Amino acid sequence: MSAPLLQVRGLTKHFPVERRSLLRRPEKVLKAVDGIGFDLSRGQTLGLVGESGCGKSTTARLILRLIEPTAGTVTLDGVDVLSAAPEALQRLRREMQLVFQDPLSSLNPRMSVGVNIAEPLRFHGIGTRSEQRERARQMLDIVGLKSRDFDRYPHEFSGGQCQRVAIARALILQPKLVVFDEPVSALDVSIRAQILKLLLRLQQDFGLTYVFISHDLSVIKRICDSIAVMYLGEIVELGGSEQLYRAPQHPYTQALLKAIPAPDPAKRYDELGGLEGDVPSPIDPPPGCRFHTRCPRRMESCALRIPDLRDRGHGQLVACHLYD
Amino acid sequence: MASEKNGTLRTAPAGQGTNTHSRTYLAWLAFAEDKAALFSLVFLLIVALMAAFAPYVSPHDPYEAVNSLRNAPPGSGDFLLGADSNGRDILTRLIYGGRISLVVGFAPTFLAMVISLVLGLTAGYFGGWIDQAIMRTLDVLFAFPLVLLAIAIAGMLNPGVDTEIVAITVVLVPYISRIVRTSTISVTAQPYIEAARAGGAGQWAIVSRYVLPNMISPVIVYTTTLVGLMIVVASGLSFLGLGVQAPAADWGSMVSEGRVVLRKAPHVTVFPGLLIVAVSLAFNYIGDGLRDALDPKAIRR
Amino acid sequence: MAEPILQVQGLRTHFTTRQGVIKAVDGLSFNLEAGKTLCIVGESGSGKTVSSLSIMRLVDLPGRIVEGQILYRDTDLLKLDEAEMEKIRGDRIGMVFQDPMASLNPAFRIGDQIAEGILIHQEVDKAEARKRTLELLAQVGIPHPEARYGDYPHQFSGGMRQRVLIASAIACRPDILIADEPTTALDVTIQAQILKLLKEVQRNLNSAMILVTHDLGVVAAMADYVMVMYAGRMVEYADVETIFAQPRHPYTRGLLESLIRLEDTRETELAPIPGMPPDLSRLPAGCSFAPRCPAAIETCGARYPALQDISGGHQVACHLVADLAPAVDETVP
Repeated sequence: MSAPLLQVRGLTKHFPVERRSLLRRPEKVLKAVDGIGFDLSRGQTLGLVGESGCGKSTTARLILRLIEPTAGTVTLDGVDVLSAAPEALQRLRREMQLVFQDPLSSLNPRMSVGVNIAEPLRFHGIGTRSEQRERARQMLDIVGLKSRDFDRYPHEFSGGQCQRVAIARALILQPKLVVFDEPVSALDVSIRAQILKLLLRLQQDFGLTYVFISHDLSVIKRICDSIAVMYLGEIVELGGSEQLYRAPQHPYTQALLKAIPAPDPAKRYDELGGLEGDVPSPIDPPPGCRFHTRCPRRMESCALRIPDLRDRGHGQLVACHLYD
Repeated sequence: MASEKNGTLRTAPAGQGTNTHSRTYLAWLAFAEDKAALFSLVFLLIVALMAAFAPYVSPHDPYEAVNSLRNAPPGSGDFLLGADSNGRDILTRLIYGGRISLVVGFAPTFLAMVISLVLGLTAGYFGGWIDQAIMRTLDVLFAFPLVLLAIAIAGMLNPGVDTEIVAITVVLVPYISRIVRTSTISVTAQPYIEAARAGGAGQWAIVSRYVLPNMISPVIVYTTTLVGLMIVVASGLSFLGLGVQAPAADWGSMVSEGRVVLRKAPHVTVFPGLLIVAVSLAFNYIGDGLRDALDPKAIRR
Repeated sequence: MAEPILQVQGLRTHFTTRQGVIKAVDGLSFNLEAGKTLCIVGESGSGKTVSSLSIMRLVDLPGRIVEGQILYRDTDLLKLDEAEMEKIRGDRIGMVFQDPMASLNPAFRIGDQIAEGILIHQEVDKAEARKRTLELLAQVGIPHPEARYGDYPHQFSGGMRQRVLIASAIACRPDILIADEPTTALDVTIQAQILKLLKEVQRNLNSAMILVTHDLGVVAAMADYVMVMYAGRMVEYADVETIFAQPRHPYTRGLLESLIRLEDTRETELAPIPGMPPDLSRLPAGCSFAPRCPAAIETCGARYPALQDISGGHQVACHLVADLAPAVDETVP
């Protein structure tokens, strides 16, 4: 087994809040991501799942160094991403790409889709203009669009087609790692499966490694080899996707699974799980286990001590005092 | 309202046929669909051409005063629009006046737009203390009433057309910079900017290929509508003797000259006044037309 | 069988744009009884939201209800003038929207917003309206109603705002509750809370509910009856068990097959519907689904299939069903 392609350790991002004037120093911090870590092997897909505000999108941007972390390390193929100097970072950008939730607004509306796709080649000075265009045409074909679509503009396409364009743009540099931030959430049900099918095919054909972010556990489970469940900036459970689905250990994972309405009329609304209350503010997260305020199985110790994420004998990593 | 012809053109199925018209041509089609804008453009071109070729198209000499024709009403002799209180042909003076009025309307707004693009883009794109420094400095200028500030600046320099241009440019910069900054900030928040960064785009590529093209249309529209207003401001400066010097005249100074004989000979004031209104309106309509033409969604083949 | 409380007949809502007439809803008919839930399911542009807005007569220009009948008990809502309609809206028919922040006025206290609805429709004084509002807030599960009465919408979380909106919708004990994607903007654990709450208030009031959604999981959890819409038309209608167990329209089948289910593994074949939803301003001739339909035959491209009842209220608009159904064929002697 070779070394993992992506290694994340102690990744942390605190945003200053309540900064009102130039002179006053920020007093409070929003703990968007708080010390998360995982390994991801070549050709594998890791899913990050959690509800809004759990820090999954921030994690994506930290891995790609689109925002600077407060602490932690990210290593891609043995190269430290977070301490890379500008030229080294520019080289690293060829290796890792991002695909967004809203496909239309992630494309420059004043460029034709062909030019949009070719842009990364231009940024990195790869090939001549005509070679760049030729490569973009090939990419259109690879993602299932027609090469005559080259000169059309993003607003002339549907959401699903725009997402194909965005995927083509992300893959034109032949990256090793692609991070998808809710890539199918904005799409219609009948289009979702098309895009997921495309992503799986591309992963096979090009040997890609994916980080796949979604709030939809069904999609995550279908696409990913392993899943990290996030809550308030922390990973609470991490394991193989089948394992996590069959034997979820953390009460939050269990609640998430029970809250999803199944497309089966035998399972009615009264059987839905769900949690009491709302997600607490990440500015002042609860002490101890961050989930204890909503946890149906909380104990006294939960508010006092922070549970660490480790294997508690179930084949996956769990951060919960229940299994101490 | 859209004409039938252009209407069909815009609803033609996307992707049907691959005739690749240039973007400029398609933008022109969108602009031409707005009849008011098209008419305004033609009108302004005529006015500008006449001003440019004033010596050839003017019926008289702008400074030739005919004593017997003082305040003569329109149609007196071969004075089509009549004569002013010095007995000079009003039509001729309007044509010559256009040389100054159009320049003092257009040049400072254009200059101010270029300066504002640099300042506003820098402030909006980089944010932080750079933003604070630029915008607070402009706020100082912004605090003065527009016309007063122009008078103060013009008063410090030698009277003349170039003084007018400098004064108006300076007072416009804070206004246009704010629009540029706001527009830049909203564009910078768009996912396609982050997509470009993730793709490895440098700062210059992001600003020139992503931010600028997407933020510039409201700025162009706003600036265009200012041209008409600046013709009026410039005439105020001339009125105070800070701008164009007699006997040369722009339209604004013609209005103010006519003021003393307003009761006796209203046409001396009315014709230049009407022209200012018409030209200002025309710039406004062109601004509206540009708004449509610059919208990428208006462009379909 | 109970008398229906709402009967919609041949409803057509069209939008006149420069691209031509967009038939957002084109011939919709259904009945709904008290205490029952109808889920309208479809993708973006299918006409499900416009349908619900049409029943409330809240379609804005350039949209217009061009034809049809909407009978609430014995009253045709389309024949009422605006003042009469206002009396019914918010009183006999309550509505919950997708985005609770946009449907609450950010400048007013939430308690006053709910109380205002009560004051408009019922002859009570302010103290009584306040008292009822507090009861409603408690009923929809907002902790400490007294304390929260004076709070503004931005002080609530998304889920709590949706509760406020539900309280407002049920303030006058409506006979019909219309909810348009009420949980789409919410997290899944909050969605479960809101779905349960909706069912609970419906049971208390014995009202009919129309729930618009794109999520077949929500449909399965909530519906008694299901209407599947595609490109402005109802393509299939049946009770919830039949829709999931014996879908007949190829679009319904495609939707169910393309679903990604929690029990799927990495080996499960993904079965998307090919192509994409049509542009409503350029609908194909014949059946709108024909270009994407795996089973389309020649007739499908020629004329739109009529809706037919294939068994006990299960209605389908598909030429193939006509061929397959052991229907009375009058040409055979």
